Amino acid sequence: MDRFDLYRAETEIIDPPVILCENVTKDYVDGLHAVKNLSLQIRKGEFVFIVGSSGSGKSTLIKLLLREITPTSGIIMVNGRNICRMRSRGVCKLRRSIGVVFQDFRLLKDRNVYENVAFAQRVTQVPRKQIERDVPRILSIVGLADKYKSYPDELSGGEQQRVALARALVNNPVMLLADEPTGNLDPKNSLEIMRLLEEVNRRGTTVVVVTHNKEIVDMMQKRVITLNKGVLKSDKKGGYSHA
Amino acid sequence: MRRISTFFYGIGQGFAGLARNRMFSLASIATMAACLFLFGIFYIVLANFNHMVREAENNVGLTVFFDEGISDEEIEEIGNKLRKRAEVSSVTYTSAEEAWESYKAEKLSPEMIETFGNDNPLKDSSSFTVYLNDPEMQKNLVVYASGLEGVRKINDTTEISEGLTGINTVLATVSIIIIVVLLLVAIFLISITISTGVSVRKQEISIMKLIGATDIFIRIPFIVEGMLIGLFGAGIPSAIFFFFYDNMTTLLTEKFSSVFNLVSFLDKNEVMKVLIPVTAAIGIGIGLIGSNLTLRRQLKKIAVKE
Repeated sequence: MDRFDLYRAETEIIDPPVILCENVTKDYVDGLHAVKNLSLQIRKGEFVFIVGSSGSGKSTLIKLLLREITPTSGIIMVNGRNICRMRSRGVCKLRRSIGVVFQDFRLLKDRNVYENVAFAQRVTQVPRKQIERDVPRILSIVGLADKYKSYPDELSGGEQQRVALARALVNNPVMLLADEPTGNLDPKNSLEIMRLLEEVNRRGTTVVVVTHNKEIVDMMQKRVITLNKGVLKSDKKGGYSHA
Repeated sequence: MRRISTFFYGIGQGFAGLARNRMFSLASIATMAACLFLFGIFYIVLANFNHMVREAENNVGLTVFFDEGISDEEIEEIGNKLRKRAEVSSVTYTSAEEAWESYKAEKLSPEMIETFGNDNPLKDSSSFTVYLNDPEMQKNLVVYASGLEGVRKINDTTEISEGLTGINTVLATVSIIIIVVLLLVAIFLISITISTGVSVRKQEISIMKLIGATDIFIRIPFIVEGMLIGLFGAGIPSAIFFFFYDNMTTLLTEKFSSVFNLVSFLDKNEVMKVLIPVTAAIGIGIGLIGSNLTLRRQLKKIAVKE
């Protein structure tokens, strides 16, 4: 171990990466190698794009990070904890520390904006007084303070995604995982969502965006991790790199 | 504090679940009510049957007849020996004349009585009727009394009571089989209701998992829903029995007065203090089993990310 390795080891103990994947492989039962020997690190406060065409392993990586599935081999650490060996209580804690936004918003249609956001706190048993404090605050950050009584069907796609974002952020997660957050949005709304994500990142939350939207990636000029057939193809700052 | 709020959340969501799956819930409650109604009927019949058998055993004593030509002193001595036994509650003497008068009154027409004139065909039938504290001890007493000098014959009720116990056992076995089958049907229906509830709330559960809700927090509303189905299913027959038990027994007593004048029905409170808690416990228990059986499987199928 040289001086550089020692320095890196010390840094990781003091301030571990938010995400650390070491030689992660995931094989499915049908023999498909979804992810192969993937190693990557995402540090606290980073804004990272994970890009790749379909079948590149992006979805599998999200499932692995959310501990929906476990890797066939390798280690995944989130906030310094090995999530592969977690029990169900640990998995709940892990998911509370990760805010997630999906392409299809996943809002509850029978509940209004306020209730959708408050739902995230209710199910994690946050006291009512805190919910009454947090929800209006987060709704004003995403610019929906005046629409708290509206139902999802009364909102535009961009607004629905902002509700989903508010729900993901209301519990102050360490990391925000956005899976194709602009997939169902027009360019104007996509840009608005990206600006919001940037704002969230500026406030200290690590943001990981999984996308194949080239324009957005090129415009944002952030760190881009490119996957191709489950293998890490490139990891650099800048625009979209075609695998 | 959190546990209390989770508890109330579970109760609220359980009721909401019932309302959401109205038709399935009603079907499950109706089936559960039908099962527990049958259970209640069987219980009432068995409990009363046992009560009546016991009452009959207590009321119908064994009869001790004496050797021909026995003296009054010897009869008195037999009576004293019997009274001293711990299992004997009372001993009543019936003279031959009393036996003949009673027989004439119950069994013979006036024309037939005339044919006997002043003869007493039961002149050797004076007897002691012995009532027991515990009918189970009858066999012991029969053995003892048969060994007494001057005792010719003993009529006991062992055979009758063994016969009744046999009927009781058959009735109980048949009841248990029918109830078990019906309860299995109820469990099956509750699991269908709960799995319908889970599939209706699939997206909500997926979001709950994603947000980091604990397994128990996700399960509680469905468990409560199952238990409420059981509780309501138990409440309906319990209410019917509570309000109509007296009417039912009065009606039967009036209709079959010849039978039910000899024996009486159990008191309503006596029946209800067992029937209502047992019915509620079975209902809630079945609801708990039914919902838990399906939950593990159904919840596993729901992923946070498709």
